[in-house]
Amino acid sequence: MQHARQEAVLSAHQDVVLSVRDIKKQIGGKPIIKDVTFEVRAGEIFGFLGPNGAGKTTTIRMLVDLIKPSSGEIRICGEDIARHPEAALRHVGCIVENPEAYSYLTGWENLEHFARMQRGIDNARIREVAAIVGLDARIHDKVKTYSLGMRQRLGIAQALLGRPKLLILDEPTNGLDPKGIKELREFVRMLADQGMSLFISSHLLSEIQLMCDRVAIISRGEVLAVGTVDELIHGADNYVVWQFEQPEAGRRLLASESDVELVAEHEHRIDESLLGMREAIITAMSPDRIPSLVEKAVRAGIGIVSVHSIAPTLEQLFLRMTEGESIG
Amino acid sequence: MKALDRLLPLIQNETLKIWKKKRFFVILLVLLILIPIFTYAQHRIDETNKKNFKDWRNQLVQQISEYQNTLASDRIPEEWKLSRRIAVQQLQYYLDHDVNPNSPDGVTFTRTFLSNAVTLFFPLLVLALASDLVSGESAAGTIKMLLTRPVRRWKILFSKLVALSLYVSLTVVMTAVLCYLISGAVFGYKGWEMPVFTGFVINGSSIDSGFAHAIPQGLYLLMEAGLIWVSAMTVALLALMVSVLVRSTAASIVTMMAAVISGTILSNMASSWHSAKFIFSVNLQLTDYLAGSPPPITGMTLGFSLVTLACWGIASLIVSFSVFTKQDILN
Repeated sequence: MQHARQEAVLSAHQDVVLSVRDIKKQIGGKPIIKDVTFEVRAGEIFGFLGPNGAGKTTTIRMLVDLIKPSSGEIRICGEDIARHPEAALRHVGCIVENPEAYSYLTGWENLEHFARMQRGIDNARIREVAAIVGLDARIHDKVKTYSLGMRQRLGIAQALLGRPKLLILDEPTNGLDPKGIKELREFVRMLADQGMSLFISSHLLSEIQLMCDRVAIISRGEVLAVGTVDELIHGADNYVVWQFEQPEAGRRLLASESDVELVAEHEHRIDESLLGMREAIITAMSPDRIPSLVEKAVRAGIGIVSVHSIAPTLEQLFLRMTEGESIG
Repeated sequence: MKALDRLLPLIQNETLKIWKKKRFFVILLVLLILIPIFTYAQHRIDETNKKNFKDWRNQLVQQISEYQNTLASDRIPEEWKLSRRIAVQQLQYYLDHDVNPNSPDGVTFTRTFLSNAVTLFFPLLVLALASDLVSGESAAGTIKMLLTRPVRRWKILFSKLVALSLYVSLTVVMTAVLCYLISGAVFGYKGWEMPVFTGFVINGSSIDSGFAHAIPQGLYLLMEAGLIWVSAMTVALLALMVSVLVRSTAASIVTMMAAVISGTILSNMASSWHSAKFIFSVNLQLTDYLAGSPPPITGMTLGFSLVTLACWGIASLIVSFSVFTKQDILN
């Protein structure tokens, strides 16, 4: 009986691994999640983008049955998480917020602990996942001696143990150095190529842009848009940052162009750390115009130190979607 | 059978975690330090008594006459007089049957130590095991990993409960064993067959020794350990509930300690407040019923205390399971 039901359920949802429909959640009378609907298909990397406090983690907790939605339906591989949590969670591996582990156990003992909680995982599989995340050398050390990066690897190893169809990672790049982020990106791509679906949350558009196929944007507990990254970014303003040898002459040159808009220092929304350039002139313009403007500047004898095209930030994207309504 | 197959690995997990946290080693260490201290203290008492009394019967006679003197005094409160009167009757009973209630040997020491440990010492050891069982996982965040695996929540709490029961039982057994081994080295490994009187019925202000009978001290010790196990398990179930309800381990320990200590204080002063007998911590001293000491509040019997403790235990299980299986994990 159980088997027949499972098969019927599976065939009806062949390629949708995760379906979230109209979920709402109130905590203490306050609506935290107002309306979240999206689907994740087999083998895709799905980004879940939103500023801090938008409801990303609350949503993720509902996906893995840590929080019960007030209404709405979540299905994983066709199994309703509210009605058959055991069957649904069998297909999921996840790291919610920080990767946690029992610090008084070794990495191996941690993996053994979680292996005992699901069926069909033997020591060979534990060795395999430890090797996949590159932790095999230190796997028999106590977790309290691990660095943050190693704990992250252990968390991923734990999530992969049960050969999940869906891997949920909550802000996976938090606390990783650039090299670690790059490795993670390659790792995520490799898993997706093997047919696994990945659900990755982040508050950084650039990160989602580099990693994900499709993305849902969430703000104040509501999904604003779902689509491919290119679709969503298209049309948002680009900033181009100029640095001239003679800043005043450069500024005059740019100001004389009708389709270039100079942006005052306090008005732009570029991350200061990204900027970090002296005497920079920030413009809002299409990047297509850069070559012709460079030519013009050279002809006018104005030396160009650098030209940067800066992709729109999450905040800009929001501004466009909510049409000027500022985000908290 | 199949369900058990799936529960066993979970129980193994929980047992392993308590073991690896080295909680049980701490308990053994505490026992290994405390028991020699009490053994030494008892040894000194025996030496003094030996010096003062050539025969233990003289000592009993003197004790009885001291008690009777205090009974004559007007300044002693009536409740004290009651317990003294009962003590006098019991001592007289031992004297009449020519049995030394304080014979110095390993088993007698163990029996006395266990009955003195039941209201505070055992609850403390149990709290060391139980208080962070769930709150520890909440604080460390590992609860998120635990509850997102394809296992029903009640099974996780159930396996924690089984592991806890195992360690509580082991604590009771190990305390008795260590007590016997350590004190026996000084007092001798004997006393199993010594007769101990039980079955005194407290009847208002007098004691009815009609049902009193002698049993071998070994059997008495076993009965005592059984009763201690019941009160230790009640504390364990309550601690488990507090651990589910409170997310911080420190708060969980403080709450339970306060409950246990207040019970001890209440049983010393609440004899006129009758409904206090329904408080669990007033009922923890089950071994007193065995020895025939007067209960903290008149009208309390072994049966009453067992039922009261069982009610507290069952209620805390119901709360633990319904909260644990339904609560949202927000932190």
